[in-house]
Amino acid sequence: MSIKHGLLALLREAPKYGYQLRGEFEAATGATWPLNIGQVYTTLTRLERDGLVRAAGAEAAEDGRSMYEITDAGRAELASWFETPVTRESRPRDELAIKLALALAVPGVDVSAVVQRQRMSTMQSLQELTRLKRGGGEISWQLVLESMIFAAEAEIRWLDHCEAMLLRHRAAGRASAVKPTVTDVPDQAEHHTGAKK
Amino acid sequence: MSIILDIRKLTRTHGEGEQAVHALRGVDLAVQAGELVAVMGPSGSGKSTLLTCAGGLDRPTAGEILVDGNDLATLGRNAVAALRRRRIGYVFQDFNLIPALTAAENVALPLELDGTRSRTARKYAEAALTEVAIGELADRFPDDMSGGQRQRVAIARAIVGERRLLLADEPTGALDSDTGEAVLQLLRDRCDQHGIAGVLVTHDARHAAWADRVVYLRDGVLVGQSGPLSDAEALLQESH
Repeated sequence: MSIKHGLLALLREAPKYGYQLRGEFEAATGATWPLNIGQVYTTLTRLERDGLVRAAGAEAAEDGRSMYEITDAGRAELASWFETPVTRESRPRDELAIKLALALAVPGVDVSAVVQRQRMSTMQSLQELTRLKRGGGEISWQLVLESMIFAAEAEIRWLDHCEAMLLRHRAAGRASAVKPTVTDVPDQAEHHTGAKK
Repeated sequence: MSIILDIRKLTRTHGEGEQAVHALRGVDLAVQAGELVAVMGPSGSGKSTLLTCAGGLDRPTAGEILVDGNDLATLGRNAVAALRRRRIGYVFQDFNLIPALTAAENVALPLELDGTRSRTARKYAEAALTEVAIGELADRFPDDMSGGQRQRVAIARAIVGERRLLLADEPTGALDSDTGEAVLQLLRDRCDQHGIAGVLVTHDARHAAWADRVVYLRDGVLVGQSGPLSDAEALLQESH
């Protein structure tokens, strides 16, 4: 998550103090990514060093903290951030996909049990996210929540898909003990499976 | 909390001998008043058989089913039918409304079949339609309604009178995702506010997530369960 761009976005309309930025950041994302005030000031210092923000004149607060305002270079950086899609490669590796791949590669692991445990765990998260959704709230927060709901939903569908693939793989293995083959014909229900590989 | 639906060691086998299909094999499931339980599982796992047995539409090969304290196996055919009309509500994917009857007449039908006078039944039906937020459509025919409105009529029919158990088989299957969510909201509210026990069969994880508990069936056996819910705030802390 880019705190840097988040702060630039919040500074776009008006100069702000660090504590204000922190509060507004959390309000917009529903406290999904809580920031501590130290992170905010460290980031602001780095942004100032790179010429993307500057201290806003003599309006220092009582505690000596300054207000920050966005520079033209900062606006350009922000615009380019909004214009550039987030690539999947820039996200952390999917531990679950790696775990399942290893479970298959290492003998003696009950892959179906791994899939089933994961399914119920992800389902539990999905239930909890749904309960949060029922609580309502700001549209920006609802949006963040839906992102997590879609991700959990996609993960469950992907697990269903893995299970079906494993079953076919085993059936094919039994049919031709020499060389198992995996078909890539998807079930009807799996056409809309999420983008995970 | 009282248990409304109590399923014990439920087994349902179709056919005999080599051809026997074991739809359910020793399933235990108890649903309390006010609780919504979702049943998931691949097709052929026994989800719908579980629901039809719970509703008295199908008889178990072995095991017990108690609805509001009544053991279905010990009741005669007429007594089961009466229990179905008075205490159990069904919602299906394809609504199962009678096209020749208005919304209010569809909803009033189970009460009238049970001997309620038609003016009284009509009053109950209007109240149920109002509860599902389509009171103004009481005199409209199903063909003149949207899918979401038709499913609301079906839900009104399932909750009219003093129902204790609501059984829903893929109730959102024929609806778009927003309308489907609204239907889930409605089922959820019935359980929360009226102490009805609900069982929801669905293949859609997003919809199952509205339930207090999700159970997972495979090959006629319960293989997993998630919920009751833990602290939601803890989830947010874990997510990063």
